[in-house]
Amino acid sequence: MNTWSRFNIVSVVIGFSFLYLPIVLLVVFSFNESKLVTVWAGFSIKWYVSLFQNQGLMDAAWVTIRVALISATVATALGTMAALALTRYTRFRGRLLFSGMVYAPLVMPEVITGLSLLLLFVAIGFDRGFVTVTLAHITFSMCFVTVVVQSRLLSFDRSIEEAAMDLGATPVKTFLEVTLPVIAPAVLSGWMLALTLSLDDLVISSFTSGPGATTLPMKIYSQVRLGVTPEINAACTILIGFVAIGVIIASIMTKRREVQRQRDEQAAFAGR
Amino acid sequence: MKSLGNIRRSFAPWTDPDAKPYITFRNVTKRFGDFTAVDDLTLNIYHREFFALLGASGCGKSTLLRMLAGFERPTSGEIILDGQDIAGIPPYKRPVNMMFQSYALFPHMTVESNIGFGLRQDGMPKNEIAERVTQMLKLVKLEKFAKRKPHQLSGGQRQRVALARSLAKRPKVLLLDEPLGALDKKLREETQFELMDLQQELGLTFVVVTHDQEEAMTMADRIAVMSHGKVIQVATPAEIYEAPNSRFVADFIGDVNILDGKVSASGNGKIELAVAEGFTIRTAAGSAPPAGSAAGFAIRPEKMKVTRAAPADASVNAAQGEIWDIGYLGDMTVFYVKLDSGKVVKASMLNAQREVEDPIAYDEKVWVSFGETAGVVLKD
Repeated sequence: MNTWSRFNIVSVVIGFSFLYLPIVLLVVFSFNESKLVTVWAGFSIKWYVSLFQNQGLMDAAWVTIRVALISATVATALGTMAALALTRYTRFRGRLLFSGMVYAPLVMPEVITGLSLLLLFVAIGFDRGFVTVTLAHITFSMCFVTVVVQSRLLSFDRSIEEAAMDLGATPVKTFLEVTLPVIAPAVLSGWMLALTLSLDDLVISSFTSGPGATTLPMKIYSQVRLGVTPEINAACTILIGFVAIGVIIASIMTKRREVQRQRDEQAAFAGR
Repeated sequence: MKSLGNIRRSFAPWTDPDAKPYITFRNVTKRFGDFTAVDDLTLNIYHREFFALLGASGCGKSTLLRMLAGFERPTSGEIILDGQDIAGIPPYKRPVNMMFQSYALFPHMTVESNIGFGLRQDGMPKNEIAERVTQMLKLVKLEKFAKRKPHQLSGGQRQRVALARSLAKRPKVLLLDEPLGALDKKLREETQFELMDLQQELGLTFVVVTHDQEEAMTMADRIAVMSHGKVIQVATPAEIYEAPNSRFVADFIGDVNILDGKVSASGNGKIELAVAEGFTIRTAAGSAPPAGSAAGFAIRPEKMKVTRAAPADASVNAAQGEIWDIGYLGDMTVFYVKLDSGKVVKASMLNAQREVEDPIAYDEKVWVSFGETAGVVLKD
């Protein structure tokens, strides 16, 4: 049943318009000659040039990247450890409560997470800035890593760890040489998820940031309140470009590996 | 000299009272919560023995093996290997290696590094590792596959990699958990003999867990039949089959007919057993139960004869019945004979001839007969 009925075409057009019209508009107007964001006056890349000269935006971008890299890495380490504990030690008292508590931040409104972190930092007298934003990002992205890694660990064959220990590897070496390499793809995708979450977070950053630690989303948001400049469009287009390239590379790699694997398996069972 | 099962063994340290066991389980119990997996079990395994733990799933055989490997700690009791109590030693410090049922190959490593993994953990010099790996690859005939990853191998090849990996460290004892379970029938039969040759050649002690009785019978020097965490009988395959010590073992291994009755006369190592089927069985009995006690009689299908005429020799046990069903299996034919009492017994006869004149047919009146030493008396 592969007919392009009128209904199907209309559905597809409406659906994709909903998803991509705003983005397309944003990208198109980043190349606008005019300063007015809604009036087309010819092609130009001058907003990209001026973007790179805008020290405020560049600083914010740099802060964002550093926060994202550090928080994603720490969150991945902590999240992986939590996932290991929750899948391995299935018999400790209160496990259900613990796993529930790990998931809670997933559904917690960001405003509440942000506010509670702010109150904590104020209560312990911690000066808000780069460190507090990073800590906050670790807090909310960790549970996402845990979810991703945990789902991988559930299908993990424990006997390969036993085999490693049986062959003389201590528990630490077993983890480093066997468990970690096998779950590495899941850990990596957890890290990527944490990175993207951190890159585009606005709410929690706004609560926990301080002077000198303005992230790009915060900067964009505050500038937009004063009026949108095509510079912002340019900045967003670059961000979209990065994300798109990342997603495309990741999916191509996954697809390739899958195809290769299938081919290998067929070859093996054909007896070669 | 007569021997059970028509096999004479030159290797039988368990019959020598001075022989020292290599592995000893002494009063070992393992509980998981309320569930007792292994129940006060005592067992000796000798050096260079090919020992099989046989039982249905959940009988505790795998737990026993895992305790030997160190993945489970006994709740109580001792496990002694080569004179040393190993109950508290972690798996990575035991001179024991295991071949896993799922093979548990490291998916991110080549065949070569899988086999060399244990040697690297021991800090063996690189050139020696390479040498040993080559040797192991040769042993399992996988030289051409050294650079492949596990997912590029067939099931049989994976099994051999797993075997090579578990043998690479030259363990004192090799544990095999359902080693042939994932192979198809033909490959399984070939591999059984390969394993036996390997065990002979390397002079190792093998402990294998299996639920496949044919596999255990073929490979093992001795078999421990387990049920509900206890060992019911430990003996050679022939003894287990020909002289089961209990109703459970008789029933678990192979096909058997069990007739219940009461001992009517006893003496001289022989008894007469009046069975519920309405006739009397005269049979030899090792330790004869006294007259008047209840006993069972177990007899294998191939030890009964099915004939149209009553046996001429009056000393032979015989009962009359009617053919209920016939199963033709190629190498033999199985007759289901309904005795006059209504009980159906199974008798099998080898098809030694291609053509048989006037074969026995359905619903015919027949006699089933067997000699004095054909069956075993069960006291439980």
